[in-house]
Amino acid sequence: MEEINDTHPSKKKGALGGLTSVFSGIPVLGWLLGALVAVILEHYLGDPLVDRIGLDKIPVLFGAVIILKKPLMIPGAAVFLLLIYVIPIAVVARAGKSFSNRLAGKLMEFPIAVPTLVHLGLLYGAIHIWSDVSAYRVLTLKLMFVAIMLTLSLNVINGYMGEFSCSHPGFMALGAYGASVFTVLLFSSDRLFGDPLLPEALGPFLFPVGLIFGGLIASLGALVIAIPSFRTRGDYLAIISLAFLFIVKSMIENLEFVGGPRGLSGQPNYANLPTVFIWAVLCVWIINNFVRSTLGKALNAVRDDEVAADAMTVNTRRTKMVAFMFAAFWAGVAGGLYAHVLRYVNPGTFGIQKLAEVLAMVYFGGLNSVYGSITGAVSLSLLGEALRPLEIFKWIIIPLLLILVMIFRPTGLIAFREFDVRKVMQPKSNSDDEV
Amino acid sequence: MALLEIRHMTHYFGGLRAVHDYNLDVAPGQVRGLIGPNGAGKTTIFNLITGIHRPSEGRIELDGEEIVGRQPHEIAARGLGRTFQDLRLWRHMSVLDHVKMARYSKIGYGLVGAFFGTPRRNREEAQIEEKARELLEMMNVSHLADQPVPNLPYGAQRRVEMARALATEPKILFLDEPTAGMNPEELIQMMGIIRTVREKLGLAIFLIEHRLKMVMELCEIIQTLVFGEVIAEGPPDEIKNNPAVIEAYLGKEIVE
Repeated sequence: MEEINDTHPSKKKGALGGLTSVFSGIPVLGWLLGALVAVILEHYLGDPLVDRIGLDKIPVLFGAVIILKKPLMIPGAAVFLLLIYVIPIAVVARAGKSFSNRLAGKLMEFPIAVPTLVHLGLLYGAIHIWSDVSAYRVLTLKLMFVAIMLTLSLNVINGYMGEFSCSHPGFMALGAYGASVFTVLLFSSDRLFGDPLLPEALGPFLFPVGLIFGGLIASLGALVIAIPSFRTRGDYLAIISLAFLFIVKSMIENLEFVGGPRGLSGQPNYANLPTVFIWAVLCVWIINNFVRSTLGKALNAVRDDEVAADAMTVNTRRTKMVAFMFAAFWAGVAGGLYAHVLRYVNPGTFGIQKLAEVLAMVYFGGLNSVYGSITGAVSLSLLGEALRPLEIFKWIIIPLLLILVMIFRPTGLIAFREFDVRKVMQPKSNSDDEV
Repeated sequence: MALLEIRHMTHYFGGLRAVHDYNLDVAPGQVRGLIGPNGAGKTTIFNLITGIHRPSEGRIELDGEEIVGRQPHEIAARGLGRTFQDLRLWRHMSVLDHVKMARYSKIGYGLVGAFFGTPRRNREEAQIEEKARELLEMMNVSHLADQPVPNLPYGAQRRVEMARALATEPKILFLDEPTAGMNPEELIQMMGIIRTVREKLGLAIFLIEHRLKMVMELCEIIQTLVFGEVIAEGPPDEIKNNPAVIEAYLGKEIVE
């Protein structure tokens, strides 16, 4: 995904400018095909190549761990990255440019669902093959998709509606526990709930129901914030939402039937990579649909001037209520997935640390923007993993990065940009012809 | 029957009496003006009628229905459109989105449509957009449709605000100092716009203004407000020569 995000055409001069002009005019489809070729290469040639260059194993996160931990192996890792990723992707994307442009053009003639599904299929294919190499990659990816959902749903409140809500880990906890209780009670034998109530074979099919159940509990919880938001704004609402976070946390800590502070385990293994991917795509799709409709843009009107919104027939109370409950629903679903990815939850997870993490992703990526949330969640969660060998210094580097972004781009990397799927998938006009 | 009827409206901010025993009748298609020195309570009267504040006493009927105690958005949806003295545009939204937003109460696709992008939603959004573009055309700002509003010159922002107010399909339009801060050229344009709106759409207009020239030219009946009380009401000529009005605006003439 990184390779795809790095393709914005820029107007820098010099060697870099020459490089960007060589690679301009390649549609997203082209990059996806390139990525697919690269991961297939890695899948089949990765191990022999690793032996040849003298690495221990395939660099898991693009060599980040090797660079930080075993500096002597940097040349080997660099060669590996070059041979497996950089060169194949560049060659395939560039050589297949006219083909992928033509294909993208053909696809766009169908209803929008067809090209979307093709792109998503290719993306998932690349991700799936990439993740096949190690379980660590699978886990990282799953947590990344959960982070995307969380970030995007928080952006609905903090970005689109402009309220500073601190309650998101609370919603997440409600969803995580709601969904966990649902699946553990019904489908697994557990010391807290006893034998399963339904045949286990039904489990994977009813898992979505469990997630939605968790999401609905979270959105009921969101009423606690939504109703005060009719009268208060800004700092005061932030304090109320922070209070809500602590209430949820200590409530779960004191509920013995879900394990109290020891947490709840035994979630069945339903959250595999495709499931998490599908839910993340669903979340992005629905949230993006919402924020681009006039009903969804009412959130922006309420943020920028509530009195004017009211005078223009916008039902501000309904708007706020919908925003909070909708965002909380997705936070709840993300929480449910999170619980089933780790197959264990405890209330300690959903504290200030989690809040800081999600807020950082939202503000790093950019307010009021689906692009921004995806960028923020992907980059910070991958960065968090990549810098893991630095241990404590990780928590110096990431905040420093955040401060830098805030200085140079106060609203985040990609703020206030509409995410138009059609535009993303469109074939790029060939810049060579124009020049 | 009056379109808007107000009887004995009084309002207190704490111990301060901001508006006292205010009465108003606006007939359909009529243009009325409200003038008065700074701090007389003109904007307060607007805010009371539009539901931002609830009057301490009194009755307000819009089109035969009592509206005291209703939410501002309900009153707006019943046909009371307004503009603001300080514009109050939404600074991160495009011109087109402003006008589309004002169609909020007419949206029928609901949350399901918004979440899943149903065909009905696409159809309705297209209709809303068409209507919005018509209004922008009428206000001569259609070429700016995709611009974010802070990029626009002041006069154009005023016209966007007017288009937004008209998009709510009002029966009566409240204009709170529509020419505040305008240069003479923009002022003339704005007067032209107000006339067009009235002639084309047949709206009743209730206008707060500082510039007497404009009120005198546009309005059929003018009220003069001083310290929350109406001291004079009548056609422009009468108001122009009313000693109480002259006193309020220019001070008392001392004859020795």
